[in-house]
Amino acid sequence: MLNKVQAVDSRIENIGWEGKTLRQMLKESDDIFDRTGHYQGLKDLKIRTGQPILYEKIFSHLRGGLVNARSTALNISASPIVKEIGELSFALYTPEGESVALSTGIIVHVHTMADAIKYMIRNNYEQNPGIAPGHVFCNNNSMIGDVHTADVHTLIPIFWENELIGWAGGVTHEIDVGGIQPGSMCYGHADRYGDGLLVSAELVGTNDLFHEDYLQRCRDNVRAEMYWVLDEKTRLTGCQLVREQVYRTIEEVGLDTYKAFIREAVEEGRRTLIGKVKQMGFPGEYEAPTFIDLPWKNDETVHPLARKDTMMHAPLRMKITGDGHLGLSFDGANQWDYHSFNCAPSPMQGAMWVQLTQTLWNSDKINDGAYYATSIELPKGSWCNPDYDKVSTTLTWFFLIPSFTGFVRSLARSYFARGYLEEISASYPCTWNLLQGGGINHFGQPSAFTNFEISCQGTGAAYVKDGEATCAAMWNPEGDMGEVETWEHLEPLLYLGRGRKANTSGAGKYRGGCGAESLRMLFKTESQILFSAGEGHVFSSAGVFGGYPGNSGYRHNVHNSNMKELAANKAPYPTLDGDPENSAISAMVKGDEVFDLNQMTGPHPFGEYDLYASVQRGGPGLGDPLERDPASVAADVNGGELLERFAKPIYGVVLTKGADGRLQADVAATQAERTAMRKRRLERAVDTKDFIARERERVLEGHIHAPVRAMYKSSMKLSPRWAAHFRNFWSLADDFSF
Amino acid sequence: MSVSHDINTLRELKDGKLSFEKLHGLISGFKDADRFDKMVQIWQESVEWDDPILLPLAEHLFVVRKPDGRRVVKSTWGYEYCDVQENWKLHAKVFVRDSEELINEIYPDKLGCDPEWMQLREYYDPLSGALLEVEVVPPGYPIVHDFKPDIDTFYRDWLGRPVP
Repeated sequence: MLNKVQAVDSRIENIGWEGKTLRQMLKESDDIFDRTGHYQGLKDLKIRTGQPILYEKIFSHLRGGLVNARSTALNISASPIVKEIGELSFALYTPEGESVALSTGIIVHVHTMADAIKYMIRNNYEQNPGIAPGHVFCNNNSMIGDVHTADVHTLIPIFWENELIGWAGGVTHEIDVGGIQPGSMCYGHADRYGDGLLVSAELVGTNDLFHEDYLQRCRDNVRAEMYWVLDEKTRLTGCQLVREQVYRTIEEVGLDTYKAFIREAVEEGRRTLIGKVKQMGFPGEYEAPTFIDLPWKNDETVHPLARKDTMMHAPLRMKITGDGHLGLSFDGANQWDYHSFNCAPSPMQGAMWVQLTQTLWNSDKINDGAYYATSIELPKGSWCNPDYDKVSTTLTWFFLIPSFTGFVRSLARSYFARGYLEEISASYPCTWNLLQGGGINHFGQPSAFTNFEISCQGTGAAYVKDGEATCAAMWNPEGDMGEVETWEHLEPLLYLGRGRKANTSGAGKYRGGCGAESLRMLFKTESQILFSAGEGHVFSSAGVFGGYPGNSGYRHNVHNSNMKELAANKAPYPTLDGDPENSAISAMVKGDEVFDLNQMTGPHPFGEYDLYASVQRGGPGLGDPLERDPASVAADVNGGELLERFAKPIYGVVLTKGADGRLQADVAATQAERTAMRKRRLERAVDTKDFIARERERVLEGHIHAPVRAMYKSSMKLSPRWAAHFRNFWSLADDFSF
Repeated sequence: MSVSHDINTLRELKDGKLSFEKLHGLISGFKDADRFDKMVQIWQESVEWDDPILLPLAEHLFVVRKPDGRRVVKSTWGYEYCDVQENWKLHAKVFVRDSEELINEIYPDKLGCDPEWMQLREYYDPLSGALLEVEVVPPGYPIVHDFKPDIDTFYRDWLGRPVP
C-alpha cells in the first residue's frame, strides 16, 4: 500500500502540512526552536499530560512496529553481519527528519539518517527528483548523513492522502562496498575516489520497487553483490513494515492525534535528556583526551600521501551547565589527512547520540529530542570536520571510537559526585582488531569479507564489579561475535582457535572485562589481501580512579608457514597466540614471521597456510589495583585471565599452590607486599612540579617523537585556544611552536 | 515517582557488597533524589577527619570546607592538595612509566604502549601511596584536569540551597 488514498504523485505539489513545502516546514521548525527553546514551540504536552495512556499506547504501537520490522526483515539478508550480528536498525521520523522512535540494533545511525532526510529537504528534493508515495531513496554518503560508505540507508516517505506525514529509515552494514580494495571499510588510499560505491541521497526506486538499473549498478560495483542486493531488499521491507504500522496507528487514533503525538514525542525526548542530566550529572567542566597511532611511514601498501607516522588527537571536553545543557567540544583536534579515518560531523553527532543511549538515557524512548538538548563543537579543518569534502571516510570509526571513550569516563565522574555509583563505568575499549580482506575465495569466486568479531570486546570495569568478558561494542549494545562456522563459510580462513586472551583486562580494584583472540589460517585460496586495524603503540582508551587501560594490540602473522607439513604429520599446532612473551605461534610454527606493534596496516598479501592472529581488546579498569580482593586475583590466574607472573607486580598478591593444585592468595604475605609496594611507589615517584619542570625541558628541546610533535603542531595551528593552553601549561613563550 | 533507598543499602553499594538482585534493582529502577546527601553522609563516616564534605570528587578524593571557608581537595588519608579550582594532580606525587621496562611491569610485551608514543602517568596520594589516577597521554601532553566542578551552581540551582 503506497498511500492510503493512492494519490497521483504528479499532481502533488506541496507535500508538507497545510499546503507548505517541506523546506518551509523545516525552516519554521528550526526558527521556532531558536525562538522558544522548545521543539515546535511546544510548552504543553497535551496528549502526554491529558491522555497519558493513549500517549504511551501510540508510542508502544510504533516502537513495537519498528522492533518487529527489524526482526522480520533481517531474515531476508544473507549477510552474517546483518543476520547474526544484527547490524541493522530502523527508525521513524517526522516530516522534517527528527527521529520519533527506533528499533533495537545499530542505533548510531538513527541520527545520521535524520541528517540525510534533512539534506534532501534542504536541497529541494520535492521539486527534483520529487518526493512521492512509493519513492525509495538510498544514501551512504557520510558528508550528507552517514558514518561511512559501508552503512547503507534506505529512506521512504510516508504519505497520508496528499500529505507527507513522516519517513521510515533503515540501515545495514555491507560486507563489501566496491572500494579500491576488498572489505567494507578498506583503506590505504588517499581520498574519496577509493571509497567505493557512493550513493548520495539518491532516488533509487518508485512504486515501492527498486529501479533495475540501480540494482545493476550495485551488482557491477561491489564484490559481494548477492549480499548487497539482499540487504537492499531487507531495508526496503523493514521500511514498508514500519509504514504499515504507522497506517494502522493512524487508523486507530486519527491523523491529527498522530501528528500531535510525533511533535510531543520529540519535545518529550528533549526534556527527558535535560532532566536526566540534572538528575545524574554534575555541573562543571571535564577533560578526557584520547589518541590513536597511525604507523604508516614504512607501509608500502598505502598511498604515498598517507605513508607517514601520524597520531590522532581527540581533546574531548564536556561541559554541563546549570540549565542542564550537555555540550561536548573537540576544539584542539588535529587536521584531517590523506587516509580513510576522517570523520564528517554527522557520525560524530551519531556517536554522541549512541553513547547517550547507553549512559544517561538508557530507555527505549530515546529519539532526536536528545539532539535539541545537547551540542557538539567540531573544529573546521580537523579530522572530525574536514574542510575538504573529498576526504576518504571508509573507516571513520578508527578515529571516532577512541575519541568518545572520554565521554563515558567524564560521565562516570559525574555519577560519582552525585552518588550514583551503580552507573559508573570506566568506559569502553575500542573495537579491534578489525580483519577485512578478499580475493578468490575457497569456492573459487572473487569475494570480500569483513569479520565482525569486533562486536565483542571486554567491557569497562564498573564501580562495584569487574567488566564483562567479550560481549559488547560501543556502536552496538547487543554484541554478538558470530559463529566460527559462519565466518569460515564466508572467509577462506580457518579458525585454528578462538578464546580469551590473558592480560587484556585493564587492571584495577575492579578490572575490565577480558578480551578475546582468534588464530586464522588461510585455506583453499591461493591468495588474499588482508587488513588488520587497531592501535599498537598507544592505548586508545583509559581507566579511571587509578585503573589502567586494557591492552593495546599487536600484529603477529606468519607468511610461507610450515602449517601444511604440521597438518600432514599430525604434529601439534597453535590454536591461539597466548602470552606474546611466550608466543605459541613463534614456538610451534616456522615461516616468515611478522611480529610487531604495527597493528594498523594497509592491504597486505597473504597466501595459503599463512597465519593471522587477531587480538581483540579488554575493558579498562577502575580503582587502585592494590585494593583488589586477593582471592579475585587468584581466580583470574586460575581462570587464565591473568598471567601468574603479573599477580605480584600489578596487584601485590602473593600466590601459593593449594592442595587441589590451584593457586590461592596468601593473605598475610599479600598484605605485607602491598604495604611495601605503597612505600616503594612513593620512593620512586616525584613531586608533580618536578616532573613538570623536567618535561618542560623536553618540550623546549623538542625531544618528542616526530608524529607526536606533528600532532601538537597541527592542533596548535588549528586552535588558538588549544595553543594557548599548551603554552600556558608549560610556561612557554607566546610565539612557541614546534 | 519518589524513590528512596535505605542508607545501609547504599553503604553496601559503596563497599561492593550489594547482592546482584539489589544492584540490578538500583540500576533499572527510578533514581532516588536524596542519594547525594546520603552518600555524602556515608563518605563522611568513612574518613577520620572532620572537615565537612561538600562533594565527592573522585575515588578517595573529596572537596571539603575548611573552617576559614576555603574549599579544598582532601584525600581519604587527610592529605590536603589545593583549592578545588586547581588541578589536584599538580600537588600529588607522580610516577611516569616511560620505558619498555616500566611498562612491561604492568603489560606483557606487545600488549602495552610504545614509550615514544605514549606514557603512563601514575598519580599517588603523598600520604598513603594510593594510586588515584592513571593518565595515558603522549610525552609532552599537558597534565589533564579531569573534572572542575561548579559547586555553587549545583547547590544553589539544582539542590535549591546554599553551599554548606
